[in-house]
Amino acid sequence: MAQGVCVITEFREGAFRRVSFEIASEGRRLADELGEPLVAIALGESIGDLAADLGNYGVEKVYLVDAPNLKDYRAETYVPVAAEIIGKLDPKVILTPASVDGKDFSARLAARLGAGLATDCTELKVEGGSLKAKRPMYAGKAFAWYEWADGTWPQMASCRPNVMDCLAPDSAKKAEVEKPEVEVAEGNKTQVVKVEKDAGGKLDLTEAEIIISGGRGMKGPENFAMLEELASLLGAAVGASRSAVDSGWRPHADQVGQTGKVVTPNLYIACGISGAIQHLAGMSSSKYIVAVNKDPEAPIFTKADYGIVEDLFQFLPTFIEEVKTLKSTC
Amino acid sequence: MNVVVLLKQVPDTETKIRISGDGKSIDTSDIKWIMNPYDEYAVEAALRLQGSAGAKVTILSMGPERVVESIRTALAMGADQGVLVDDPGTEGSDALGKAQVLAAALRSLEFDLVFCGHRAVDDDENQVGIMVAELLGIPHLGLAVSVEIEDGKVKIQRPIEGARVTLEGVLPALVTFGGAHAVWNPRYASLPGIMKAKKKPLETKTIADLGLAPEDVGVQAAKVKVTAMELPAERQAGRKLEGETADKAKELVRLLHEEAKVI
Ligand SMILES: Cc1cc2nc3c(=O)[nH]c(=O)nc-3n(C[C@H](O)[C@H](O)[C@H](O)COP(=O)(O)OP(=O)(O)OC[C@H]3O[C@@H](n4cnc5c(N)ncnc54)[C@H](O)[C@@H]3O)c2cc1C
Ligand SMILES: Nc1ncnc2c1ncn2[C@@H]1O[C@H](COP(=O)(O)O)[C@@H](O)[C@H]1O
Repeated sequence: MAQGVCVITEFREGAFRRVSFEIASEGRRLADELGEPLVAIALGESIGDLAADLGNYGVEKVYLVDAPNLKDYRAETYVPVAAEIIGKLDPKVILTPASVDGKDFSARLAARLGAGLATDCTELKVEGGSLKAKRPMYAGKAFAWYEWADGTWPQMASCRPNVMDCLAPDSAKKAEVEKPEVEVAEGNKTQVVKVEKDAGGKLDLTEAEIIISGGRGMKGPENFAMLEELASLLGAAVGASRSAVDSGWRPHADQVGQTGKVVTPNLYIACGISGAIQHLAGMSSSKYIVAVNKDPEAPIFTKADYGIVEDLFQFLPTFIEEVKTLKSTC
Repeated sequence: MNVVVLLKQVPDTETKIRISGDGKSIDTSDIKWIMNPYDEYAVEAALRLQGSAGAKVTILSMGPERVVESIRTALAMGADQGVLVDDPGTEGSDALGKAQVLAAALRSLEFDLVFCGHRAVDDDENQVGIMVAELLGIPHLGLAVSVEIEDGKVKIQRPIEGARVTLEGVLPALVTFGGAHAVWNPRYASLPGIMKAKKKPLETKTIADLGLAPEDVGVQAAKVKVTAMELPAERQAGRKLEGETADKAKELVRLLHEEAKVI
């Protein structure tokens, strides 16, 4: 009989990624509703004692596989190990991170387990002992509720980073750690050739709390220096519209929208962006939206909490000075 | 070399989504259909291999008859042939169900590489391609922003949070495409291309042709299904700040700091 909730964490460069704690916290909530245990599977290299700390977020037991061959994520090495442990655990619910690697891993694991998977969920609940998941479609133009066919286990959901509330960690609570005997495959069909870090520890758009984006109204790549300056003052990431990316002003990884990244920061500042439907799809769920645009009719203003109708080259320098003043006083 | 591209037809990204009367699907009455943009990048990458390595490019899709138009577009761009699995029995399939149908179709085709989008911009499932790879027992390389083929291996670059990973895999393999329009710059169909496309082979298959039983596919086989859809709360336009530049700048900082509490 299937039982319990199992979360599969993401570990990179010596630390669990934050989304791991978010899914552990969410898993705790679901496990309590089901009245069943919460366990975790932690895969990676040199996790060591950190595994027990998952207990801080309510995990009771961690199945830890710590091996050199799990240093960099590869579906080929990760999926068989996870599938073998799951096979023995027989959980009802599996939660995974909907990070880049997490989504990749979840799809392959679901296929191996023959499980139904809901990707990038923003809300989960238990009804009649079964999972219900809410997730965005059309980059957030709509939401769908997913349910699993009666009695099909496991029910898998990957969770969008930055959405699920993290429990306040209780450092006194440690999880029991078991090291199951599983073989980690060599993995000779795929190889990670190299991992190059982005310059200057750049913040990823999907994980940033504040995003400053520029569009065609920025006029040229050099003017993004203004947005970079503002971003560094606010601890923000810089995004772009497709026009700015297509013009070669910004890297494609910075594109926000239906065919770029879908983001949900606390604050989104759109500078010289008209607000085409594809762009709005990618950022409309931001908590607060500011638009700076000289055209009062620009559609972006229909979504903006605070609108500035002005030439951005006039407004931004003054705004940046005001932000500096704020930062120097508080 | 044989490359098969998995192509899904999706609503134009311009579409304003409305929910249909059943409350669990979208109203498709006025929709213009397009090739999923990420699949278009996959088509472009396949056609570059056709140019550089003489690859034969096959387009494979599952869906209703209207999908023929998108397959023809890919043929007009330069793909060699198309296969459409068109069977009402596949309706209501979940991602794994779709992958099962596509994997069955692939078994009847020759391929060294399968190219597909990392996600279809309708349901945003992010699953189908990778599931196909698992069902076929071949490696997958996900979210490619570049592709190189050399010595029976495929090498891609994939952006992850804060880094770029170079991943290599042996053939046969499946590659899912990420990146942006600016990266792949997919070619347009030329007028001669459109004329030629009309004569290129396009085969339609049913699930029976693929050796699948009706109970293996569609809604009966689905492990997970959509039971309700909703639209996000309509965002209200907020206020436009008035005054001189300096006043607006000061006021905006105050609002963000004191009212919204986000800076
Ligand atoms: C299949 C497909 C997918 C797409 N996906 C995406 C996507 O993922 N993301 C995306 O962003 N777009 C996407 N688009 C493109 C989208 O339709 C728009 O073309 C694009 O978002 C416009 O970018 P923009 O707002 O920067 O440029 P524009 O629409 O040209 O707007 C520029 C704005 O800047 C303002 N401006 C100009 N000068 C100044 C100034 N000095 N001061 C202040 N304001 C100024 C103007 O008033 C104008 O409103 C997609 C399109 C297609 C067909
Ligand atoms: N019905 C389909 N026919 C052909 N390919 C599909 C279909 N559905 C999904 N795919 C492929 O799988 C990719 C990922 O889709 P999804 O998992 O739905 O986001 C798409 O970009 C397509 O390449």
